[in-house]
Amino acid sequence: MDLRTTEAPPSADERLAVDSVLGPPESGWFGGGRTPLDGHIAVGGLSLARRRRHLLLPSLHALQERVGSITPAGLGYLCTRLDMAPAEAYGVASAYALFSFEPGPPVVVHVCDDVACLAASGGDPAGDLARHHGPAGSRTAVTWRPSPCLGHCEHGSAALVQAAGERGGRASLAPFARGDMDRLAALGADLVLADLPVPLALVPQAGAEGTRLLRRVGRLDPSSIDAYRAAGGYEGLRRALEIGPQGVVAELKDAKLLGRGGAAFPTGAKWEAVARNPVRPHYFVANADESEPGTFKDRVLLDHDPYALIEALTVAGVTTGAEKGFVYLRGEYPLAAARLEHAADGARRRGLLGGDVMGSGIAFDIEVRRGAGAYIAGEETALFNSLEGRRPEPRNKPPYPVDRGLFDKPTGVNNVETLLSVLEVLSMGASAYAQLGTPDSTGTRLFCLSGRVARRGLYEVPMGTTLGSLLDMAGGVAAGRPLRAVLLGGAAGSFVGPDDLDLPLSFEGARAAGTTLGSGVVVVLDDTVDMTAFVGRVARFFRDESCGQCVPCRVGTQRQEEAVARLAAGRPLGSVDDELALLADLDQVMRDASICGLGQTASSAVTSALRQGLIGDGAHLANGRRR
Amino acid sequence: MSTLPPAPTPLTLRRNVQVTIDGEQVAVPEGSTVLEACRARGAEVPTLCYLETLAPVNVCRVCVVELEGSRALVPSCSRPVAPGMVVQTSSERVRTSRRMVLELLASSVDLSTAGGDVHRWIEEHGARPERHGPPAPAADRDHTHAGHHDPPAVGKAATAAQPVKRDNDQYVRDYAKCILCYKCVEACGEEAQNTFAIAVAGRGFDARISTEFDVALPESACVYCGNCIAVCPTGALMFVSEHDLRAGGEWDESRQEVTRTVCPYCGVGCNLDLHVQDNRIVKVTSPLDHDVTRGNLCVKGRFGFEFAQGG
Repeated sequence: MDLRTTEAPPSADERLAVDSVLGPPESGWFGGGRTPLDGHIAVGGLSLARRRRHLLLPSLHALQERVGSITPAGLGYLCTRLDMAPAEAYGVASAYALFSFEPGPPVVVHVCDDVACLAASGGDPAGDLARHHGPAGSRTAVTWRPSPCLGHCEHGSAALVQAAGERGGRASLAPFARGDMDRLAALGADLVLADLPVPLALVPQAGAEGTRLLRRVGRLDPSSIDAYRAAGGYEGLRRALEIGPQGVVAELKDAKLLGRGGAAFPTGAKWEAVARNPVRPHYFVANADESEPGTFKDRVLLDHDPYALIEALTVAGVTTGAEKGFVYLRGEYPLAAARLEHAADGARRRGLLGGDVMGSGIAFDIEVRRGAGAYIAGEETALFNSLEGRRPEPRNKPPYPVDRGLFDKPTGVNNVETLLSVLEVLSMGASAYAQLGTPDSTGTRLFCLSGRVARRGLYEVPMGTTLGSLLDMAGGVAAGRPLRAVLLGGAAGSFVGPDDLDLPLSFEGARAAGTTLGSGVVVVLDDTVDMTAFVGRVARFFRDESCGQCVPCRVGTQRQEEAVARLAAGRPLGSVDDELALLADLDQVMRDASICGLGQTASSAVTSALRQGLIGDGAHLANGRRR
Repeated sequence: MSTLPPAPTPLTLRRNVQVTIDGEQVAVPEGSTVLEACRARGAEVPTLCYLETLAPVNVCRVCVVELEGSRALVPSCSRPVAPGMVVQTSSERVRTSRRMVLELLASSVDLSTAGGDVHRWIEEHGARPERHGPPAPAADRDHTHAGHHDPPAVGKAATAAQPVKRDNDQYVRDYAKCILCYKCVEACGEEAQNTFAIAVAGRGFDARISTEFDVALPESACVYCGNCIAVCPTGALMFVSEHDLRAGGEWDESRQEVTRTVCPYCGVGCNLDLHVQDNRIVKVTSPLDHDVTRGNLCVKGRFGFEFAQGG
């Protein structure tokens, strides 16, 4: 490949940013100063540089944080370093919301206006901000942009502050009030991210009897490995090493642990398939790209119990024969990123990661990688592409990750809650774990309660607990108002109504009721919530987050948003029944013909809202078409 | 002229696999795709992003079929056959998805220069693009920010409409006609040319084919091989000569003659198909089934024909 990059030289800051990830240039061939020797060395083929393509995303983060945007010169230098075509790198970078390509203000405040905060606010958070601070993206020293869910739903409002410069980076602010925007605007470029208050987690059950996954949250210093070990940490890894990979797989199978990521795949079977695959090397990925609107469980766990994920991923690695593990963490979680890095360092220093894990002679290490604002990157194969420095587009399955995953090698991937549940299986023993929950959905499950509920927060209950008792634990609907609906499972989930409070929250219970637990989202909606705006926000979310690869989802999410907007405005094209027929067709083509789970569930909430008569002329719509 | 001995038939050790297509058994070699099996059975399965010379990307989803035991429909172009597969190519589910894929494309993209098959499929499946509303005004599609878009204009259907990009003398890029089949990106990149001048940028409905920062082609890595034009299924990429004749209403394939010849520039021996109208070369292609070129050419073969018509 003849690389052609811009002739504009990178700025000193851009060089520093890229070199901070890639190290100084190896030679004149890769962006360094030319030496006489360079003229005598030819570098070609699959060069060292091109094999480092997986460092594209970390390098783009470095450029964005240092300079505030990705410029042609900065991208050109990065491409020279990675021996990569700038069109390809631009294609990758422009798929992520947290990168910008035009010089902008040094401070950008991404303000959540997604479902949970929309419901909690009882109004229009983005509209309020626009009235006070001008339209989104305006060119002042500090600007704001509306953002999809930032994963601080228990606070009812949230922002992610992105600052550029030598001390550039990101920090979360939750709760986030209009006054906070005033303060940020007054600080301007003098803002020091480290001075912002660290958001707390609301875990009403923290430390309560009977909690498993939450038992350490809020009770330990998350930066102390000693505190973690004193609380029983690393006993899971010790036991995993004692009983060996076959023993761990047997435990997981006996415990009947099912993946918490949405597909409910048996964890033991997945680990076994990776472990047995003769192709080497193996990889294991912790999917911490929590982006489902209304979900904040991973954030709470990673902010407050980071060693648990490091330990659990180590268990996964030594069990499946992987030498390298990745945590793919959503880019909107700066605190979790810092704490996970710290935890991995701590574990490495204690010999719990590295060439000889816990004295077992087994090598395993972990790298934390950050996403950059793309819901789709949480789809496991899109996640692999993202890690590899490609566009975060899902791959066609089969082949499945256990055969061809990250770097086309056998790969295990589980989400954070599943991995942490593995530690519980190991510490309790499979039979005790299987006693929890229902026979088909064992163990406990985390639920993220947000919206119009009295005590928002993260809750842990045995599988099979009814929706009604979960709501009771959280004090019921705020201010004693009547319950209108619950968005269950997230934007990719569906609405259930006040008649569904006896719904058992288990995999089989949700399936029987035609709904899903998804990522454990429970957004409570009362009679004050503008349901039309709420459903419109879900439609907008999918329009914004579709990767654009396949036609059903790329155009379907656009057409769905348009149709919902027409119904909301009371301006149907043709009759309301025509619109319902159109939405039903969109629902079918997206569910049946999309490549991945995003497209296949992008119409789920809208369809269930119509079925329940939650938008527009509710009665008419509900009677018009029931399926 | 001496004749060469015939090339030895390669030894194939591929076993046959039995599958059922629309209720009838068909045996196809192991490693075939479901699409190949469907075609062997004589079933018409529409394709848009598929081309036999490129690795399937299965993004258009117009070729989906119903596979027994699979929850969702599967793309026939990329799914390898497995023994005992039972496939429906024309069930109600398949026809609905196919109709909707065609309808969604026709409602958002200018298909006026797409092949005749596309219009036949749209008609046969009863796709009704007009029910999504009249087209919204053209918008700037090159500077969208991932994850942000303006609220839809109520009652209007957003489209890919945008001005034609004409920044060189060889070919135009009319992305209002682009269905995002990825073929041009594949041909420019790993599948043929290894130039990587273009890629898919942005995401969702705003995804588009772009050079880095949307720079004009002369500032990009483009080498004007035109292999992207050769694979484009909708005429979004087009010779300037064809584009201008069409704009003037003079393009008339019934008046064209296609002459196969060998490129005179170097010793590779690429076949050229010269499309000639009114005694002028208006377009150059190369046959897909030619074992040297597989449809690909370089800038000289593709565009270096002016000398043949006296400058």
